Order: sequence, then C-alpha cells, then structure tokens
Amino acid sequence: MNLRRLIALVRKESLQVIRDPSTFLIAFVLPVILLFLFAYAVSLDIRKVAIGVVLESDGAAAQSLAAAFSGTRYFQVTPARDRREVAGEVIASRLKGYVVIPQDFERRLATNTASALVQVITDGSQPNTAGFVAGYAQGVIAQWLAGQVGQSTPPVIDVRSRFWFNPEIESRRFLVPGAIAIIMTMIGTLLTALVVAREWERGTMEALLSTPARVVEILIGKLLPYFVLGLLATLGSALLAVFVFDVPLRGSWFTLLLLSAVFLVPALGQGLMISALAKNQFIAAQAALFSGFLPAFLLSGFLFEIDSMPTPIRLLTFIVPARHFVASLQTVFLAGDVWAVMLPNMAAMLAIGVVFFALAKAKTRKSLDA
Amino acid sequence: MHPVDAAPSIAVELDGVVKRFGALEALRGIHGRILPGCLTGLVGPDGAGKTTLMRLMAGLMAPTAGHITVAGLDSVRDSTALSDNIGYMPQRFGLYEDLSVLENLRLYAELRGLERRTHRDTFERLLEFTRLGPFTTRLAGKLSGGMKQKLGLACALMATPKVLLLDEPGVGVDPVSRQDLWRMVQALTDDGMAVVWATAYLDEAERCAAVFLLNEGQLKFAGAPSELTNRLKERSFRLLNYRRDRRELLSEVLELTSVSDGVIQGNAIRVVLRLDSQHEAVAAFAAQAGAELQPVTPRFEDAFVDLLGGGPGGISALAQKMAPVTLDGDNVVECRNLTRCFGAFTATDHVSFQVRKGEIFGLLGPNGAGKSTTFKMLCGLLRPTAGEARVVGLDLRVAGSQAKRQLGYMAQKFSLYGLLSVQQNLEFSAGVYGLEGALKRERIKEMVQTFQLGKYLGSAPDELPLGFKQRLALACALMHRPLVLFLDEPTSGVDPITRREFWTHINGLAHKGVTIMVTTHFMDEAEYCDRVALMYRAKLIALDTPDVLKARVTIIGDQEPTMEDAFIHLIQEVDAQDAASSMREAA
Repeated sequence: MNLRRLIALVRKESLQVIRDPSTFLIAFVLPVILLFLFAYAVSLDIRKVAIGVVLESDGAAAQSLAAAFSGTRYFQVTPARDRREVAGEVIASRLKGYVVIPQDFERRLATNTASALVQVITDGSQPNTAGFVAGYAQGVIAQWLAGQVGQSTPPVIDVRSRFWFNPEIESRRFLVPGAIAIIMTMIGTLLTALVVAREWERGTMEALLSTPARVVEILIGKLLPYFVLGLLATLGSALLAVFVFDVPLRGSWFTLLLLSAVFLVPALGQGLMISALAKNQFIAAQAALFSGFLPAFLLSGFLFEIDSMPTPIRLLTFIVPARHFVASLQTVFLAGDVWAVMLPNMAAMLAIGVVFFALAKAKTRKSLDA
Repeated sequence: MHPVDAAPSIAVELDGVVKRFGALEALRGIHGRILPGCLTGLVGPDGAGKTTLMRLMAGLMAPTAGHITVAGLDSVRDSTALSDNIGYMPQRFGLYEDLSVLENLRLYAELRGLERRTHRDTFERLLEFTRLGPFTTRLAGKLSGGMKQKLGLACALMATPKVLLLDEPGVGVDPVSRQDLWRMVQALTDDGMAVVWATAYLDEAERCAAVFLLNEGQLKFAGAPSELTNRLKERSFRLLNYRRDRRELLSEVLELTSVSDGVIQGNAIRVVLRLDSQHEAVAAFAAQAGAELQPVTPRFEDAFVDLLGGGPGGISALAQKMAPVTLDGDNVVECRNLTRCFGAFTATDHVSFQVRKGEIFGLLGPNGAGKSTTFKMLCGLLRPTAGEARVVGLDLRVAGSQAKRQLGYMAQKFSLYGLLSVQQNLEFSAGVYGLEGALKRERIKEMVQTFQLGKYLGSAPDELPLGFKQRLALACALMHRPLVLFLDEPTSGVDPITRREFWTHINGLAHKGVTIMVTTHFMDEAEYCDRVALMYRAKLIALDTPDVLKARVTIIGDQEPTMEDAFIHLIQEVDAQDAASSMREAA
C-alpha cells in the first residue's frame, strides 16, 4: 500500500463524483424524493375511512350506537336507512364498507344471547383497509357496550392501551428511518457497483492496472469517497427527517452517524462484490437492484413486519444488512441510544460486511484473467 | 528451462506463450524477440490474439503456458516491478473523460510515483511532444479522437518506460493525427525505447521495423516486413490501360490457375502469381485483354494472403443467381445540399452528389467527419435539416418506407441477432422486408445454397467462422433484392481472405447493376470504389476516382502515393485554406 498513490486515486474519484451529475442525483436528489414519498404518500394509518351506517331500528340504543360511529375520528359516516342505499357505494369503492344495525337490535341487546348484534360488511379487495374497518368497528361497538354496561355495574377490568415510542402511531415515524436505509443501500451498493463497472467498460481499469497501482489501492480509492458521500447523504436525510417531517431523534446524532458508518461497510462491500463479477454497468445495476435494493425494501422490516413472515423467510432476513440497520435506525430515532439493541445489530452488519469484502477480494484479484 | 536474459539487447522475450480462455485457445505457442530501439508491429485481423498478447506483456494476465520476459523481468513473478518498466495504452486510450488533460497527467504521474518537483518539467516535455499544451484545462472527453490518442500516449510515457505497448492506437483517428503518432513513435524508438504497435491495418505493418504477424492465435511470421514482401518479388504485377470492365477482368484473372490473388486498385488490377508458376499465362491474358502488364512492388497485405495460401476465386455464386437490375434513370442515389444540425453543431454541411446505377461509391472520412450522419440520411434513418435526398427517384422525406424497401443495409460488425439461429436470422430479415410465403422460403433457400450455410442453420451467429458470419450478414441484407446496398465499415478488422471474398460478391453485384454505397475510415477499402467522396469537418472536400485523388499528391521518391497520402494531402490543403482565411479576417 502506497499512500501517495492512494491519495491520487481518492482525489481522482472525488473529482469524478463532483463532476458526475448522476452521482449527485442519487446521493442528494433521490433521498429528498424518497423521503417525501414515504412521509406523505405512503401512509399505513387509517383516518376518516368512509363507511356507511345502516340504521334499521329506531330504538334509543340503536340511535346511540350509530352516534358512536359518527363520533369517532376514524370513520366518516354516511348514514342510511336501507342497506341497498350503501351497497352500491361499496361496489363503486366510494365506501370501504358498512355497518348494519338490525331492526331487532334492542331485542338482541336485551336477550344478551351469543347472537350477533350488528353486521359489518367490508371491501375485501383492499385487505389492509378491510381489516382496519372490521377492527375499528368492533372497537367502537366494544367501547359503546362498555359505556352501556357502565351505567349499571362498574367494569371488572379497565383496559387502556398506550403506545410506546410512537404514541401517535404515526407510520411516518418509522417509515422515514426505513427510507434512510434504502437510500444508503442505493448509494453504497448501486453507486459503487456502477463506478467500478464503468472503469471496466471504458477501458480505464486496464490502464490503471498496468501502472504500479495495486488492486487494493484502486478499490480503497473508490470506497473512501463513496463512504464520505454516504455519510453526507445520511446527514442530509436525517436533517430533513427531523426538521421537515417532525420525526423525533431521541438518540444522539453521533450514534446515528456511527450506525450509518457501520452500515456502509456491508453496503460498500456488496457493491464491490457485484462490481468484481459484473464488468458492465447494465448488469451491475441489475444485480445491485436485485440483491441490494429489493431485499432492503422487502426484508428489512421497514415496510413489512418481520415477525409476521414465515420462519424460513424470517431467517433469511438475518443476512440482509438493511434489516439490522433499519432496526437500529428506528431505535435511535424513536427510542434513544439503546446500546443493548444496537450493538448486536452493528456486530451483525460488520460480520456481513467482512464476508462481502472477503468475497470481493477473492474475485477481484484475477479479474483481468477471468 | 529457458535462461532469463537480462541483457538490454532484448526488450521482450516470448517463450512458447500459450493462453487459453476456457475451450478457446487465443494464443498457441508464440516464440519471439522484441528489440529495443525498434518499432515492432503486432499485426493481424480481429480475434487473432493481439490484445491478449499485449495484456500478457503488460503483466495484466498470466500465460497458461510458457514465459514472457519484459526488460529482464518475468511477467508473472515480477509483475510489480514490471509495471515500472512498461507504458501501456489500451484500446480507447485509458483516459478519464471527466478529468481534464492536466488532471489525467497528474493522476498517472502520481500512480507511477514520479518525483513531485519533476512534474512540471515532465508535463511540459510531454505536452510539447504531443502538442497538447494549449488544452491542459480541457476535459479529456471533449478532445478529438486524435488528441485523446496523444494524451493517452503521454500518460503511458509518463515514467519513460523501456517498453511501450500501444493497442490499436490508430483506430478511429484521422490520418493526419495518425501521421503525427508515427512521428512521435519514431522519436521514441530513436531514443532506444522498444515500441509495440498492435494493429489490424496491414498497411501499417509496412512502416514497422519488425513485424509479428498473428492469425488465429498463431505466429505466422516474425521479421522485417520487407522480408515477407520480398517473397512476392517477381510475382506481383499490375494490369493497366485495358478497355474492358475491370471487375469482369478481375473475376476472369482470378480464375487463372497461375494466379493466387488479385484485387482492384483504383483503375488497375493487382495480381499475385502462385509460387512456382510462370507469368506467361498472365502475359497472354493481358495481351488478349489489351492490357499492359507491369511489375510492381509487393504489398504486405498481398504477402499475408499468399502466406495463408492465396485468395478466393473471382466468381460470385451470389451475383450469378441475381437477375440484372433494370431501372429507369441514371442516378440511383442523389442528394442536394444535404444538411443536418444537432443543436448548434452541424454534422453534415451542404453535401451534394449523385451515384449512378451499378456504381460502387465510397464515403470516406475520419471519425466525426459526418459520414455516418450523411449515410443515415440517405438510408432514411435520419431526417435532414435542409436539402433533399433521393433513392431510386423517391424523396426520402415523402416516400420514406417505399424507398427503404429498395435498399439493403449491412451495419458495422454485421449486427446479427446473437440469440436467434442462422435460420431465424434469415427468416427475420426476410420478414422485415415484407417477403412472405413461397417467395420467402424460396429466397431463404437460395441464400442458404449460394452461401453454403446449410450446416450452420441451427447455430448461433457468434459460433460461425468470421467468413460465414459475413456471408450471413450479406444474405440478410440482400434477400429482398435491393437496388441499392449500403455497407457501413464492411470489412474493417476482417482478415484479408474474408475481405477478398466479400468484395468478390460486391463486385459481382455491382456488375449486375446493384448500386453500392460504402462508408469507411479504412483507406484501403477506398481502392475498391469507383468514386470516393472525402468528408472532413462536415463538408465534402473532394469527390473523384481513387486514381485522380491519388494523382493530386506530389510524389516524393519512387513511393507510390496511397489513398491515405491523398487524404492527408487534401485535409492539409483545407486546413491551410481555413488558416489563410481566418488570417485575412483577423487582418
């Protein structure tokens, strides 16, 4: 290793980063777009879902339940007297479902048998929303029932739920940290894979290798600028998250940057491994998207909860570096510097990174001969 | 064991070098010596193994068997020390296009560990040598082909190497810049450097002090080029001043048993006799044709063909099957003030010419001169900004698709579909040109028979030998019997035998009245044309027969001027005029 050559290579790469508009786009413009998308367009929260409430009974209890539905902030209620009035609206997807309070509601309530009190119809073509409608509807009824019962006898157990770390249960608060993981994967894996493949494509790698410069120097010379670029992009995204999207940062900025630095090890290693195998930019981009971006999206727990995945897939998520990064990021943003959570995650990321680097090194050495 | 020779009298020693890539044997046991102070040409067609040998000598790959010693160092064991002693310019020059000239120089200076205080002097020396001084802050990507090549050379020369390896430095560079490069290389060898110049252009071989001739991984010849060409002494002739059609005459002369090879060269026909044959038969033939038979200096390319066992026959089975073209009117391709601008840049500037029926018309020029743009407008692939283009009397702007049916197009490097079989390629091309049913089957069958493609029908085009690949590409372009055939760089990098076979077909087609349009930056190819249009900086600077163009060059010594000389001469004339007019403006 020769420091002078390394500095020359880092300098060259940095100049290229600065002059290449696509690098700038991926590192600074794409994060802004992604963050805006995840902060505003993607929302897993349900508020003001349009449903119909069909009131077939004129009894006081039925009226009171209907009022309870109208009163909650989760629903926007279209009242009706006949289910035929709202059925068409559900088919047209203007309503997400409807609740029928039947004619004999008072009798059912009074007999207190196991028979159903009300009927809830939901639009199963949107399973997520349908689940929310059913769940919230049951919640409304249960609360209403409790109120009714409360008039006569006090409840034996009073359950009050409280959501820790994200008391408002705002999905933005855990989506935005997840988005940062996606962005970092893009910069670490995609950009590195592309820039090395570009050297092969343009024939400059051959010229470099014919000089006294070693492969290790060439690769480190590539990684350092992208490492810095990755940290800058994280910092930018985090600033945006905290000051524009109101995501709280309960941990410290130092921890955040430390986590990002650790995550860049597997991300850059993966990019390097791809570039050692793919000698043109098109294949490199495809490989980076399939092996880096998609797992980071699907298997990191950022959008889809890992606990609800089948066991084999759940085990698979452990080798996805983004999984560990997302878990740590959500911790540092929403909980604080909880080292008991973050240290194992950091260890996992480093371990995966070391494997990637070892593979990349083994493959790169004989590159021109391959 | 071969003793390692560290003596400075040998720059590179090749000892039984073999290189395999899987099943492919790229180099099959090369022995040879490259001397310091000497320009050595590594010559051969594409796929001969030139680049592989270059990379082996640069220590970028290890030979499968055998040893290479460069400047006394083993290319595998001492590969680290080796890189201090060589300068290597890969194809496309190995430059960073988004760095400036000076930044590129500085990078390579640092990588080669040049003392920082010597940087300024070294850069100054190299910039003066390459005449790049005024462009130090320009990005390498914004340089012309010739300037890129010079910068690549400067970077490779950074640490004053003992051995300089240049991989196809002349490709895509205009003849004037190439001339410059020869001058620079000459100066380097005079100082004792060993320079290896890899090239597919056989005419470049003649300028080298020594030549390694490669074909299909084998070293066919090593030594001075004159040694090889001398083998053809007393066997090389030229037929002149005949009154018959030269293409007809060529095909007849090639059928003589005593003739091993022949090509058209302007108005003359070059003939090479077989080794033990007498020249009486040719003399008799010449007398019969009313031609003058003149002995000529042998050429390197002819010597190569002779080395490989002579060229193909003169009769094109393809052309024989075609009916003569009947067409009203004389001018098949016609353009008037054809202009195309891309933004502020004018790629083709008021170009006008007419091409007659059955003519072979060449469009020549360095990369970026505008020949591709002109060509694309004539094929209807690009709309002109101004002016008009007509093919068989049809205006391409109005009757584009109708005109396109009348023309066949063979793109560079054959552009066949690699994932389709030979049969499927033929069917696709026939379908694209609207052939259907019985006619389609008949035409495909005819092409398969003519070109003997039968046993390859199920193979992928890339598995075909080069000659067959070329036949397939030609078959695909010809099935719909076009009146005009457009050829884009049809034979650059192809071995001379395949090239001769190709031109036999083209000559046959032209004889049947098919009009042929060729673009090339390959000066030799121009000799086959009836007329040549020279393009330079978007303008048509000359249009005439090859002989007339060559005659405009003042002859120095007894050397015959080549097309390249003619081209350089014309470009220099234009440059001088431009300089004079800008001087006048300044005054």
